[in-house]
Amino acid sequence: MPLSWTRNGEVVELALGREPCNEIGLEMLGELERFLGELDVENTAALVIHSTVRGGFSAGANLRELYEGLVSRPVGEQAPEIADFIDRIHVVMDTLDMLPMTTIGVVHGVCFGGGFELALTCDVLVAERSARFCFPELRLGILPGFGGIPRLRRDVSNAVVRDLLLTGRSINAKKAIACGLVSQMVAPGEGLTAARAVATQATKFDRDALATTKRFMKPLPRADLDLEKQHFLRLAAKPALREALHKFVNSDDLRPYLP
Amino acid sequence: MSNSLERLIQLSSRRYGVEATTLKSEDDVFEKLGIDSFQAVELMSELEMEFDIEIPDYELQGVRTFGQLAAAIDKRR
Repeated sequence: MPLSWTRNGEVVELALGREPCNEIGLEMLGELERFLGELDVENTAALVIHSTVRGGFSAGANLRELYEGLVSRPVGEQAPEIADFIDRIHVVMDTLDMLPMTTIGVVHGVCFGGGFELALTCDVLVAERSARFCFPELRLGILPGFGGIPRLRRDVSNAVVRDLLLTGRSINAKKAIACGLVSQMVAPGEGLTAARAVATQATKFDRDALATTKRFMKPLPRADLDLEKQHFLRLAAKPALREALHKFVNSDDLRPYLP
Repeated sequence: MSNSLERLIQLSSRRYGVEATTLKSEDDVFEKLGIDSFQAVELMSELEMEFDIEIPDYELQGVRTFGQLAAAIDKRR
């Protein structure tokens, strides 16, 4: 199963377990929707999102699935399906972002693209020393399309946002702490323990006070999210994406994310 | 052997359990250590923290050997 979740009192843990690295395609999207549909919001004070796969938190969008979808239809006829996916993933990300509880993301290893965008929905990010963050989208002829840019800009300086997006370079956990993206860094294997401690704190607080503080401190950047979606859909309809994905899926390079 | 190359080889040896004396400047890092793409990402973070530097990914294009990697590290020290 790509996703599984458990409840311990008022704390829910969502485990991402899709090999090789929690690629987000239709299956993962459906599972995220199912999780949110089943989540008992009223009786939950904290949600911990973590990965059980070795490679990392998430490598991002399922690029093979996207490529296969693109090449299976004539140019210009894929737009409705991509737009539908983007609409659905935005609802999932926005819902996670605004949950009236403390959400904690535990990141180790790869946290790239759509995976990075998922992590950015969390209130508190705990990074293990191995964590590495990257937005490689420009290499594919697109920009992040799951709401990543407005969420990143909400947390870190515009200069860092531009550096990450316009170079496509990846940064480590120490840099992520320094630029304000991550607030806690722990040793390898200690992320879940640290996140559970944060979750326990949430259970001690008045729920209204917690939800109000979160809403006050972390407003949803609605207008920019809509704008990002429009930019993404325009770029995704161009041949550059298909060409870049063709190169990516046929690459045997150990570091296919390098430009 | 440069200081960076020596430290790189010691770190690689320690981290991936490969005898340091078998790692040479001209050896392919990824083949010699037998690491996959996810471990390559982790290795970058470990090197950056070991040397207290940042190495942008694009400066590693075409870098395959321990010697080349040590040279890339030196550019950022």
